Amino acid sequence: MCTMIVEKIKIDGSGKGTSEWFELEGANVSYDHPFHAPLEHALNIDFVNESMGPSARVAVELSETAARELVKTILAVLGQAEVGGHL
Amino acid sequence: MVQTDMYEGLLAETVTVEGANGDRINAYMARPLGAGPFPAMVLAHHMPGWDEWYREATFKFANHGYVTITPNLYFRAGHGTPEDVAAKVRGEGGIPDDQAVGDLSGAMHYLRSLPYVNGKVGIFGTCSGGRHAWLTACRSKGFDAVVDCWGGRLVMTPDQLTPKSPVSPLEYAKDLTCPILGVFGNDDSNPPPAQVDQHEAELKKYNKNYEFHRYDGAGHGFFYYHAAAYRQAQAVDGWKKVFAFLEKYLT
Repeated sequence: MCTMIVEKIKIDGSGKGTSEWFELEGANVSYDHPFHAPLEHALNIDFVNESMGPSARVAVELSETAARELVKTILAVLGQAEVGGHL
Repeated sequence: MVQTDMYEGLLAETVTVEGANGDRINAYMARPLGAGPFPAMVLAHHMPGWDEWYREATFKFANHGYVTITPNLYFRAGHGTPEDVAAKVRGEGGIPDDQAVGDLSGAMHYLRSLPYVNGKVGIFGTCSGGRHAWLTACRSKGFDAVVDCWGGRLVMTPDQLTPKSPVSPLEYAKDLTCPILGVFGNDDSNPPPAQVDQHEAELKKYNKNYEFHRYDGAGHGFFYYHAAAYRQAQAVDGWKKVFAFLEKYLT
């Protein structure tokens, strides 16, 4: 546990785990060791429902560049939706 | 040294030990078969959890003649795959230092209660486990050797302290009573070489028995053969240093 950089947020939505969809209640965003990505540290997002136990998790591990691009892209898509009157 | 005509046998199983606050936690244990007496090791697993690498490390130390126990430091986070449980702990900002020290000390006391242990117990850890091994060896009397492999966050500034890590581990250097082996990669960012320098300076200051090995061309986690961080030549040499150190102080 080497950087200990983590933020927890409450979220609404659904995530698809290893077998089925489940209700999401939070996301843990960390910059720490990934489990799979070949990086010393990664931007990790775990979408979770803690009331369902540790296995209720949808995980992504992103490089810094990928994480920044993802943030920009999410905001751009939301911006388009807003302009289009969908929000 | 293994000979091709010798008998060998290992027993490996999950056991339960008393950890911090008297909590019962599970632990993975492996030991050579026979009456002993054998030296013993406590392993402090890394941030990715009580995972396959640490189970295999438990076998490895047992295969080298050590009664070895690896407590599940994430036991209280619930159960699932090691990755899922470790991700939960990562999301909680890790485990409290006091809890890790209590769990690892409990494993040491368990080993000392066994009739086939020779009375010598060491502790080994990598990554967060290196940090926890250091903390435990400094704060819990009863260890005869400690191996810190690239333990990060050993040097903490006041603004980095948290309720879970309220004291910079380096402050405990004066309390260390056993020899320490440090294994580090010079390309590591946590701990960076400058912090390894600070660590070494503190050990010198208090006239501690230490042996540090720093490897060029290696970063964090260079023993991990399942990861991109693996560095074959440095890892092979590092393991030799580990077992030579333990043989010197535990057998």
